[in-house]
Amino acid sequence: MENGDLAWVLASAALVMFMTPGLAFFYGGMDRSRNVLNMLMMNFWCLLVMPLLWVIIGFTLAQSGDGGINNWIGNLDAVFLNDIGIADDNGGAIATIAFLGMFATITPALISGAVADRMKFSAWAIFAPVWMLLVFVPVFRWVYAGWLGDRGSIDFAGGTAIHVNAGIAALAAVMVLGKRKGWPQEGHPPHSMPLVMIGTGILWFGWFGFNAGSALGANGQAAQAFMNTFLAAAAAGLSWCIVEKIRDGHFTNLGAASGIVAGLVAITPAAGYVSGMGPIAIGLIAGVICCFAVGLKSKLGYDDALDVVGVHFVGGLVGSVLIGFFASPDFFGGDFGEGLFYGGNAELLFEQILANVVAIIYSFVVTFGIMYLLKVTIGVRVDEETETTGLDLAEHSENAYHESAA
Amino acid sequence: MKLITAIIKPFKLDDVKSALKDAGVVGITVTEVKGFGRQGGHTETYRGTEYQIDFVPKVKLEIVVDDGAADSVVDVVVASAATGKIGDGKVWVTPVEGITRIRTGEQGVDAI
Repeated sequence: MENGDLAWVLASAALVMFMTPGLAFFYGGMDRSRNVLNMLMMNFWCLLVMPLLWVIIGFTLAQSGDGGINNWIGNLDAVFLNDIGIADDNGGAIATIAFLGMFATITPALISGAVADRMKFSAWAIFAPVWMLLVFVPVFRWVYAGWLGDRGSIDFAGGTAIHVNAGIAALAAVMVLGKRKGWPQEGHPPHSMPLVMIGTGILWFGWFGFNAGSALGANGQAAQAFMNTFLAAAAAGLSWCIVEKIRDGHFTNLGAASGIVAGLVAITPAAGYVSGMGPIAIGLIAGVICCFAVGLKSKLGYDDALDVVGVHFVGGLVGSVLIGFFASPDFFGGDFGEGLFYGGNAELLFEQILANVVAIIYSFVVTFGIMYLLKVTIGVRVDEETETTGLDLAEHSENAYHESAA
Repeated sequence: MKLITAIIKPFKLDDVKSALKDAGVVGITVTEVKGFGRQGGHTETYRGTEYQIDFVPKVKLEIVVDDGAADSVVDVVVASAATGKIGDGKVWVTPVEGITRIRTGEQGVDAI
């Protein structure tokens, strides 16, 4: 790897690392004050466990080997980072493994928003790493180094592999976990909107590394992915806010934050493949669709506490499918399929849909299985008293806000 | 002696404090409280879902005065806290059996 490329990949890896604390604050602010530390710890737990798991076994299963069985799962050649040196490639492999390790960290963390307020921490502590290995790694493999990618579907920075994958897993998880006590009759409004806005800012900042870094080089595709990340987030934040203003009467902070994140999610799979006004269109569409999608949970009766399904699953799916319309290979000089609006046929669109359907089915079934096994063994829910008095004190022996010195 | 307890709108606290000082009141105790009366609560909207917030933030004042001053202090609070809109609050008066200044041990009216 050239020095310039290496510098950008390393900087991007640090940016993506910062997204997990950002996500923690984004979710933590939306949570209630008695559960905010539990939310932060669910996210920081991923920062403790996933980096180790990734270099020990995750990376090699996700990336090593080629063809045959390795279209489905990698081999063990690089277990414990075996034979990964810095002499031959100027440290490019090490930098890339670190960069991807940040993705392996934040992807399970996304699910924490759905299970908020009621999941036993011991169950989460097991669920998150098991999910990373059994769900994130195989889907990542199929999309980036396996059969789904080989068929022609594209996913620049993780729309299918990360957001659709974690989003549908969130749905499966809450179906096993059950509803929060009192939901939906009793309201659970955010305890700290400023915390949500700080988290949103950190996420947007980090997402430049997530998307532009996925070019794995300091090049034109990275620059365009950067621009797309900038525009789609703004467009989606704007369109979400406008829908809320018309429908509910106010421009809200949470609407702006949710729209920004929905736009970032939607542009993720498309960031290196769309150009011109494409990112603005994708952002505007994602903001409107996700704004309505978060209302589905109360209609369908699944308690996705902080809208992981409505924002990440729906946003990721919207972005991934819209690639089939907006992909512009001529602009990039790339060898990926053309979108319908750029002279292509429906082949790319079909492959995009197929890849997502496969990821949805696999992720849902395996996640449901993991959660169910945890439920019948160690249990996944805190007791009713803990749910009422708060998980911070019961699960972590800590308290976020001390009322007074007395 | 009387204990005057007033629940008022938080933004009127400065006006009430100034008016009480001008009227010669030498001390008040202020607490941030929540509750509901005829005003009820309000709604907040997050991601399109409306939440009913039943308890409205208010400020509670506690003032101990000599018997003869009670009526005029109540009048001062009412005049300075009123906006004419729903949710202005309440003032009530209760008898106080005794009072002691901790520093000196003075009792009764001398301790106010």
